[in-house]
Amino acid sequence: MQNPWVYLGLFLLVGLLIPIVPIAFAALVAPKKPNPIKQSTYECGIETVGESWVQFKAQYYVFALVFLIFDVETVFLFPWALALNAQNPAVLPAFIAIEGVIFILILLAGLVYTWRKGLLEWA
Amino acid sequence: MNFWTDPIKVIYDWLMITLTGWGMAGWLADIIINLLGIIVLITAAMVLDILLVWVERKVVARFQDRLGPNRVGPFGLFQPVPDIIKLIIKEDITPAGADKVVFNLAPILSLASVIFLWAVIPLAANVYGVDLNVALLYLVAAGAIGTLAIIMAGWASNNKYALLGAYRMVAVMISYEIPMIVALLIPTLLAGTMSMKGITLAQQEGLWFVVLSPLGMLLFLVAAIAELGRSPFDLSEGESEIVSGFHIEYSGMKFGLFYAGELLHAFTFGAFIGILFFGGWNWPLPWGDKYALIGIFNVLVKGMFFYWVIMWVKYTVPRLRIDHMLAFNWKFLTPVAFALLIVTAIVHAIFKDMALGVYGLALFLANVLLGWIVLEILRGNARQQRAAEEAPAPVAQH
Repeated sequence: MQNPWVYLGLFLLVGLLIPIVPIAFAALVAPKKPNPIKQSTYECGIETVGESWVQFKAQYYVFALVFLIFDVETVFLFPWALALNAQNPAVLPAFIAIEGVIFILILLAGLVYTWRKGLLEWA
Repeated sequence: MNFWTDPIKVIYDWLMITLTGWGMAGWLADIIINLLGIIVLITAAMVLDILLVWVERKVVARFQDRLGPNRVGPFGLFQPVPDIIKLIIKEDITPAGADKVVFNLAPILSLASVIFLWAVIPLAANVYGVDLNVALLYLVAAGAIGTLAIIMAGWASNNKYALLGAYRMVAVMISYEIPMIVALLIPTLLAGTMSMKGITLAQQEGLWFVVLSPLGMLLFLVAAIAELGRSPFDLSEGESEIVSGFHIEYSGMKFGLFYAGELLHAFTFGAFIGILFFGGWNWPLPWGDKYALIGIFNVLVKGMFFYWVIMWVKYTVPRLRIDHMLAFNWKFLTPVAFALLIVTAIVHAIFKDMALGVYGLALFLANVLLGWIVLEILRGNARQQRAAEEAPAPVAQH
């Protein structure tokens, strides 16, 4: 196929449909005898106490913020990694490498800051 | 070009001539042939998945000094068949309080996210779904869908333990995606392309990337195990603490899909290690780059080997506590990964136009040096901590 993205679109479609096949087949073959006790929440085998959709304290939300910064900025590193190998006589490859390294160091300064601030401790 | 060197092209041409001979439009025939190819590829992956159930059960039995399945067929090889029959004829229970749509969608997405990865795996030089020029980014994106499926399962189950498991999975994901992306940047940097086929070709012409970047391979292995949610990072399941994490409420075939997805995911990442760092279709048998069947065999052998390594880690190392896991990532893996990226980039830029031997030696030595420095820093820290703990407590004055 000429366009890889059309192929990928078809692939995603079929890839989503194929896992449905065993579930649909099981729905046809398996017995269906629901009752309220069988359908109650299992949890750990003991009857559920209180509301199930409860709130938890997500202690790692600071990690999540740091992750967000890194995840966005690593995307910029992929083009850099490709540009490093580009055959361009006008620029020295070492020059491109140093530029990327400066970018990574700025990125790491953020990590060092959060680390020194004590935000990477489990509180 | 004949059937043995490029089977896909030969079959494609033959089907194209047949279908257009029946009077079908060219573009329609193209789509139908590609659909057939996709279905064959995914079915092959599913059959492999069924075999993996047996492999997993047999290997875990050997690690635990048991025999494992050995009744159904030779060496218990047909054991997965009764397993699947059992899963299919089990009653499918949806808990009363669950969010039905999300609950049923989660196992489908969980397996689908793994199947998506098979679109970009180059099984041999000419046998692959599609040669995307951004395959590595696609890999990360498809991995995120798997995490999403786990969060959906945990949230929709209407169950505190499942929700806790899903939260933990978020913690693992937000941690280990960074070292994973950086580990993926290293083959990109060395090969100058993000396409899996291009990376394999670069290793075929030069050196394997495991020689150029052994530390990168180890980083990718650790990040992959975390991404898979396998022990020692299986906090989202944690049988002994939160029953079984995100899939407590699932029964029958829906649980089966989670299980199948996990096994195939592990094998797929094993294959990725083989392709990105160990030369893909080039070894152990010769002519893997010429003959398609030999290439497929080589990729599967490497995938199986690294799948075994992942199992080896799983059944050897105990589960980490969540704060240890986050600290291990943010205070160790992430700095090491970025240091490795910096070193690799500079050494690569300086030495890439020199002779292959000099280039390889320089990168390898740089990796060894970095690894040694990291180990020394770790050893120094451990010594300090030990000294702090062993210091005699100040005697109370009377």
